[in-house]
Amino acid sequence: MAVEKKVAAYICQGCGLGERLDTDALVDVVKKEGKIQQVKPHPFLCSSEGVTMIQNDIDNDGVSHIMIGACSRRAKTDAFNFPSVAMSRANLREGVIWIRPDTEEARETTQEMAEDYLRMGCAEIKAMRQPEGNPNTGTSKTLLVVGGGITGMTAALEAAKTGYPVVLVEKSGQLGGWAAKLHMRVPSHEPYKAPVDNGVAGMVSAIEADPNIKVYLNATLAKTSGAPGRFQAEIATESGSTATEDVGAIVQATGFELYDANKLPELGYGASPNVVDQGGLEQLAREAAERGGPILRPSDGQPVKSVVFVQCAGQRDASGTHLAYCSGHCCNTSIKQAMYFKDANADIDTTVLYTDLRTPGNGEDFYRSAQEKGVIFTKGKVASVQPAGNTCKVNFHDLILDDQNASIENADLVVLATGQVPNSGVNIDFKAVEGEEAAAEVEKKTISILNLDYRQGKDVPQLKYGFTDSHFICFPYETRRTGIYTAGPVRRPMDIAQAKEDATGATLKAIQALENAAIGSAAHPRSGDLSYPSVRLEGCTQCKRCTVECPFGAIDEDEKRYPLFNESRCRRCGTCMGACPVRVISFENYSVDTVGSQIKAVSIPDEFSEKPRILVLACENDAYPAMDMAAMNRTETSSFVRVVPVRCLGSVNTIWITDALNSGYDGVMLMGCKHGDEYQCHFVKGSELANYRMSKIDDTLKGFNLETDRVQTYEVAITDIDRVPKLINDFEKRMFEIGMSPFKGF
Amino acid sequence: MSNLSSQAAAQYNNNFLKEVEAMVEEGNWVKMCMQCGVCSGSCPTNFQAGWDHPPQEIFMMIRAGKREEVLNSQSMWMCTSCYNCIVRCPRKLPITHIMHGLANYAHRLGLAPKNQPTRHFAKLFWNNCIQTGRVNELKLSLGLYFKDGFKQGIINGLAMKDVALGLLKAKRLNPFELFKAHGCKDQKGIHAMLKKAHEIEERRKAIKTA
Ligand code: SF4
Ligand code: SF4
Ligand code: SF4
Ligand code: SF4
Repeated sequence: MAVEKKVAAYICQGCGLGERLDTDALVDVVKKEGKIQQVKPHPFLCSSEGVTMIQNDIDNDGVSHIMIGACSRRAKTDAFNFPSVAMSRANLREGVIWIRPDTEEARETTQEMAEDYLRMGCAEIKAMRQPEGNPNTGTSKTLLVVGGGITGMTAALEAAKTGYPVVLVEKSGQLGGWAAKLHMRVPSHEPYKAPVDNGVAGMVSAIEADPNIKVYLNATLAKTSGAPGRFQAEIATESGSTATEDVGAIVQATGFELYDANKLPELGYGASPNVVDQGGLEQLAREAAERGGPILRPSDGQPVKSVVFVQCAGQRDASGTHLAYCSGHCCNTSIKQAMYFKDANADIDTTVLYTDLRTPGNGEDFYRSAQEKGVIFTKGKVASVQPAGNTCKVNFHDLILDDQNASIENADLVVLATGQVPNSGVNIDFKAVEGEEAAAEVEKKTISILNLDYRQGKDVPQLKYGFTDSHFICFPYETRRTGIYTAGPVRRPMDIAQAKEDATGATLKAIQALENAAIGSAAHPRSGDLSYPSVRLEGCTQCKRCTVECPFGAIDEDEKRYPLFNESRCRRCGTCMGACPVRVISFENYSVDTVGSQIKAVSIPDEFSEKPRILVLACENDAYPAMDMAAMNRTETSSFVRVVPVRCLGSVNTIWITDALNSGYDGVMLMGCKHGDEYQCHFVKGSELANYRMSKIDDTLKGFNLETDRVQTYEVAITDIDRVPKLINDFEKRMFEIGMSPFKGF
Repeated sequence: MSNLSSQAAAQYNNNFLKEVEAMVEEGNWVKMCMQCGVCSGSCPTNFQAGWDHPPQEIFMMIRAGKREEVLNSQSMWMCTSCYNCIVRCPRKLPITHIMHGLANYAHRLGLAPKNQPTRHFAKLFWNNCIQTGRVNELKLSLGLYFKDGFKQGIINGLAMKDVALGLLKAKRLNPFELFKAHGCKDQKGIHAMLKKAHEIEERRKAIKTA
């Protein structure tokens, strides 16, 4: 980084900017108001000639800070890539000329808009520093995999194949998990016609043969501390001793248990040994295979001649008694198990009673194959299973013929498709959900899996039904604990094929995380970001808001109860910065000042000009790209808005809003992602926290004697390309209705 | 065959399905139905009176062992062979053919509904057309009018008299056809051909039954 701060500005005239805007006037604004003397207009700034000009200034002229007035910061990032300097970008193309009509009347306001964006760009760059990367790095390249089932074994093998050493911890005495208990598995390749070998033995021997994978059997995690790049795992081993491993990232693949069929007495479980769950049937099938004979009825050892599969046993239950969700794999599993019988003896009557047959992936072909083999599928809801002697009577409601009293008699075996319950450890948010539908919630687990040494709790947070929280839509493997990834059925119900894919994805994310940690840069979703939060402790009042609000558990407390930032765990969302009431938290290139000074740089026309100013604080992950895309469609949008992208709505400090209102803005729009159970916020809790903060803003407005309509928060998705301009234009209309802010000119 | 017509299938076991697979034309497709209901939703007959069960239900009933109900059903006789369902069935079941196969099977067993109008028409049409190789429309419609007895036949005929007079005027109806219908050229050949076809058909069914 250059020792002395030298700022230069560049204004592009390409893409129609030169024709639509008065470049000379823009240069004037940058010099006089932006106070940057070195300003260079260029007819085509992103061309190699333009880029070379800038690089030349950096290399030979000591330029350390650059302001580029051209297209959106999201465009031409390859051309405008100057990692050695701090850079701000004024969005004159998508932000101005593309959303304004090319008419004589519009010319004045279009020019004003462009000038404001340059003022903002100049103000921002002056408040910025070039990020240097988190100094508290750790460089362990080892991956810790917790759980030795299909998911964990896949993760270990994939990581080892990619060249990363692995430590695999498995609580039982052998690898393989659930899959090892399967007689056979659902096929994952063409022709999807018959069950195939479960594949466990091959994976186990590959692991045993791999010198890069160290396996701990009969072992659990006694304690996990540290951060990405430098986690320390204390492993409690069989012998009672503790082994310590330094690892860079963690994949938690702790799988599931079957829902306890004892909770389903109405389905005959427990009343007859001939009623089994899917796990029980696998056991019978394996015994039969070892014996080399047919599957036998447990009650008397006679060969099974008729078998009934009951789908959704204790699943998709709306009453709140059993699992509310669908486990996704069990229809295919029952189809596979029905084939155990049909493939051995086509005369065995096999009936699958289902309400909806859900066969994801290529399961549809598998389903058809079962039909060809003569497995009968009957759409019906099972009411009860009545054991009588060596057989059972299955009573059900035939949903096609609408016969409430349908039944199958003399079933030798009844198989219940109970679902998957995640092995996710302690529910650290348990208090929050206590009371509300406690019955529907999966029971609180008290045995921790990771034993994290974090103030936020021993395990990763859960989302619903005990499955670990992850950004379901966009980043499924990311938990809210940086560097720790969950994969497989602990994350959501799934089958073997999906679990393998999940494991591979999570492993790659874990590798990315430990590589990023080693160079002091952020993990996903700001992968590569070198900035990190720092706190001016002299000003800190120890209010702990940052510690509590950080969605990722990156802030602990030191002995003096000050916040202790764990940079390697930090995702750089800025939520702490938005939370801090005394504004002592900042990033080198993103701070209360970088945004605040932009807000203040905008020129506010007087009350009588009828030119309102509307500040839009837009999430740069969704709302801002949506605006860029609207601009590509040339959707006309108000000329009175000034948009500032923010890392996350959670990073919005209320001071920005009060400052904006104080300096005469007529309104403020905040645009962030959807929050709640189906959140889309890239930082999980950011938009939720912002919303909470903004719920208090009405009081501030009343204090100012301003209408509450002047500050509005919107949930915006990246797909809201038509909606965002409309929201802005409606807001503008509303501002004209309530009139200009009385704070102008003070 | 008599034992088959009297056999009562136990509910929800696969006996009747196996019977259908063995005896009914295209019956081996019934197990492939996935109960999506697309066929029923596609049927342009909109299940007017007489359709007691749409195809999807018929297939489910077969699997549920509801032998009497299926074979006594009017549904198969209501199908107009429009082939809409076949075109749309995601499982590619030859639904129309199965419907006719079932109708035929019920007819052979003597379980098909008595006096069912479309069945009556089908029989009338067949017997009429195999005589001369050509349908005698006058006899066919009169046969239909008198389906429910002489008195009803007169009533039906009177109700249609204006249409008949119109046809007469337009020379589309020749009353002498009642006595001497014009037939095809090689009637002997047609009869021989039909006889042969009948023999082949019987042989095939015998194999299926065996
Ligand atoms: S709130 Fe965000 S920026 Fe602040 S410490 Fe936590 S992860 Fe980092
Ligand atoms: S939010 Fe600010 S004042 Fe509160 S503990 Fe964190 S740094 Fe200190
Ligand atoms: S469309 Fe085909 S698969 Fe669907 S219900 Fe009808 S016959 Fe069955
Ligand atoms: S072929 Fe028959 S059953 Fe199929 S849609 Fe047409 S009328 Fe209905």
